[in-house]
Amino acid sequence: MLKKPMERVAAATPAPIAHSVRGLSDRAIAWVFVAPTIFLLLAINIFPLIWTIRLSFTNYKANRIGREVKEIGLRNYERILTDTDIWLNMQATAHFLIWTIVLQVLIGFTLAWLINKKFKGNDLWTTIIVLPMMLSPAVVGNFWKFLYQPQIGLFNYIVSFFTGAEPSSFEMLGQVNLAPWSIVIVDTWMWTPFVMLICLAGLRSIPDYIYEAAEIDRASKWRQFWTITVPMVLPFLMLAVLFRGIENFKMFDLVVQLTGGGPGSTTELTSINLKREAFEKWRTGYASAYAIILFVTVFGLASIYVKALNKVKER
Amino acid sequence: MTSFIQGICKFRRGPWEMLATILIALGVFMLMQPFVMWAYTYSFITTLIGTVMFIIVSHFPE
Repeated sequence: MLKKPMERVAAATPAPIAHSVRGLSDRAIAWVFVAPTIFLLLAINIFPLIWTIRLSFTNYKANRIGREVKEIGLRNYERILTDTDIWLNMQATAHFLIWTIVLQVLIGFTLAWLINKKFKGNDLWTTIIVLPMMLSPAVVGNFWKFLYQPQIGLFNYIVSFFTGAEPSSFEMLGQVNLAPWSIVIVDTWMWTPFVMLICLAGLRSIPDYIYEAAEIDRASKWRQFWTITVPMVLPFLMLAVLFRGIENFKMFDLVVQLTGGGPGSTTELTSINLKREAFEKWRTGYASAYAIILFVTVFGLASIYVKALNKVKER
Repeated sequence: MTSFIQGICKFRRGPWEMLATILIALGVFMLMQPFVMWAYTYSFITTLIGTVMFIIVSHFPE
């Protein structure tokens, strides 16, 4: 008689192993399965975090192995939080964060609203719009660097076509007033599709009968938009904002490829500055304190994100 | 507003989480604002208090 697969496996298990497994309780077996994951989490996430917190109170330098490490208390935190250069980096990050989010939400929502209208080639357009999101940030950074070239770059020619300005008269990546906008444009180009997809999910979750009821009540399209569409998409939009906010707070690769933090330090976001402190100046203790400050900020934002996520789930 | 204060007094999760969220948001704003240096200096401690508070109050009853 053919046995069930589970019975066949049980019969094929060598006796000593089978005996030892049978001797374990359900809880013990669960722990056996979960233990490797817990171990990996502790080794990769928790231990480095605790170690970084410890290093943030010292003057440790990773490139000087034999040097005596002194406990300096909160001095690293004090120096970071009174440093005007880091304050300027925070402001550069804020500029990048605010403008990317505003533009991505406006364009993303508009695109989602348009895509949600049933028209021919709807799916093809969605695929085309979503393409930038699928590219590697390093690739995006490199080809936008070419697009921004004042002599041969397409971007300058398009701007000159609309404004009449000489294409070589401005340099997006080299001018202090334009460089912060250049990274905003590229990030918006790359991540607007992500916001669009989230908004589209929100728009498609609105049942048609609500609009039909509004039509019967003779509500105008404008009123339907503000009293049905916006409130029902808002949780999704909020999620997109928080998600992009957290991601852009940690932005590194794209900006390094595009400007490397320059000209001067106008596009030097906190993550770039942190990398310089840690791996160019080798001020490991100082960089650890810097990382902890950024971590607490991102963790705080993530807490709000989780709260928002739970609210969306409740809906 | 009254229900918010009552919730705070009775250690209910909702209002306390709201308070922690406000503190976190305030801390992040203070960290990135371009106006006053002292706000930047005290931003980290504000965010830290908000975050720790959020972790604690998320265990409060609804």
